[in-house]
Amino acid sequence: MEKYCLGIESTADDFSVGIVTFKGKVLANIISAYMSEEGGIHPREAARHHAIAANKTIREAFEKAQIKPQDLTVIAFSQGPGLGPCLRTGATVARALASYLDVPLVGVNHCVAHIEIGKLATKVKDPITLYVSGGNTIVSAFDSGRYRIFGETLDIALGNCLDVFAREAGLRQREGMPFGAVVEKLASKGKKLVLLPYTVKGMDMSFSGLLTAVVNLLKRGEYRLEDLCYSLQETAFSMVTEVTERALAHTEKKEVLLTGGVAANRRLQSMIEAIAEEHDAKFQVVPKQFALDNGAMIAWTGVLAYKHGIVTPIEKSFVKLRWRLDRVEVPWVK
Amino acid sequence: MGEMKTPVLIKKGAEASLYLAKWHGRKVIMKKRLPKKYRLSRLDEQIRTYRTAHEPRLMHEAKKAGVPTPIIFLVDMKKATIIMEFVDGKQVKQLLDEVSESQRRQLCLKIGELIGRLHKHGIIHGDLTTSNMILDSDGKIFFVDFGLGEKTSELEARGVDLHLMRRALESTHFRFAEECFNAVIEGYSKVLGDNVTKKVLDKIGEIERRGRYIAERKEEA
Repeated sequence: MEKYCLGIESTADDFSVGIVTFKGKVLANIISAYMSEEGGIHPREAARHHAIAANKTIREAFEKAQIKPQDLTVIAFSQGPGLGPCLRTGATVARALASYLDVPLVGVNHCVAHIEIGKLATKVKDPITLYVSGGNTIVSAFDSGRYRIFGETLDIALGNCLDVFAREAGLRQREGMPFGAVVEKLASKGKKLVLLPYTVKGMDMSFSGLLTAVVNLLKRGEYRLEDLCYSLQETAFSMVTEVTERALAHTEKKEVLLTGGVAANRRLQSMIEAIAEEHDAKFQVVPKQFALDNGAMIAWTGVLAYKHGIVTPIEKSFVKLRWRLDRVEVPWVK
Repeated sequence: MGEMKTPVLIKKGAEASLYLAKWHGRKVIMKKRLPKKYRLSRLDEQIRTYRTAHEPRLMHEAKKAGVPTPIIFLVDMKKATIIMEFVDGKQVKQLLDEVSESQRRQLCLKIGELIGRLHKHGIIHGDLTTSNMILDSDGKIFFVDFGLGEKTSELEARGVDLHLMRRALESTHFRFAEECFNAVIEGYSKVLGDNVTKKVLDKIGEIERRGRYIAERKEEA
């Protein structure tokens, strides 16, 4: 008989439920996005959205997957890192569901899940992963039981940098067209490169100075918005690409995986593809439906962990707001 | 560039390619920062030219501070190329996990001392990894790859520099990361004193809290 895992993702502004089989087939991946009217993500507002959306999203997932709650073998949830109120809402739903159905619970690291879903969907085995989203900017690779971090941001995440700039510029996002895509579209019409701070420190990066500089230029009003989007993208993407190439040269891995919400950006894809080619490595990008935060990735990582005997007892299912990728043992990776 | 015989590519890094060559009868390293296709040419040129000009200057300063670095023979800005002394030795990266515990401690103490000397003279290396340190047959440790460095005595920059050192130890030498970093700090404080060292360590704590660097050790316990 087929076995199933339901995964709940709620680290930031999306509440999502995925159902996957133990063999790695994604049966459902329903995402309910919380879009704030103004400003960034307000953690409590987002958590309220998650609480309201939970019931409907779970029902939809079961309908889509065409299975019944009783068919589940295990329930996984994103235990961290992320925003406290959002994580707690997802964890509460997961605990309730698991104890009602009397099935085991698995707490999953959100960053590990982004890597695992990328590997599942693109069939890469042992890549250098560039994981770029609104909350994370991490270059990592597997070594001796864990995903080691080679480079990351020293301050804000790449996606956050793009989002804040878009908001400062008065741009609007909507369902299916997040800020990153809006900036990408404008950038494609940019022609003039404005030189901005380019901050690479070892394999780490800093985006806060870049953001401040580009916002200041925006306020001065001397440049076209298209040119600023273009310059911001070119500078920020060159930084992450340089760091990824350094990690690639250092580890001599033969695959490069691009994952996370910003992975959907075509320009970034072409830059990472160029360095992969340069080092004779295979380049893969996570498919769009698995690029943003999603429940399927949590469910799939839950399956991998559960198969290796990892379960999370309720009393240890508290959320971990700053749970680092390189603190997680991943016994399923060889 | 004068007579240059059959350069052989020995390392294709991310930032530059290193060639081993004969130059006026000497064994030299030719470090060439090749254009990066992924970057716009204007941005690319600016970065390559800046680093090519900057690196030899910092290497020279490092030497004055008592930190061994290869001798620079020639800088060709147009070709973004530096010709420097070939240091015959082994990368610390290749040694650190292999040597005995006491040798490892000695190496790390020495590395800490050298970083201390750099910082004391207002030099930030900018890319402190064990791949950028070469141990020669006389037991001297050479520092290379100053392209991301800067001249400053700011606490923030010193903190980031040492944070990167720790990061490199954690990703590449994870079995010994803690003992190694502690020895590095011990060596560092020999040069800069306990007071400054404590301030830098506090700064590292602040830097790591700023990003996503702190694991919840309490919860894990």
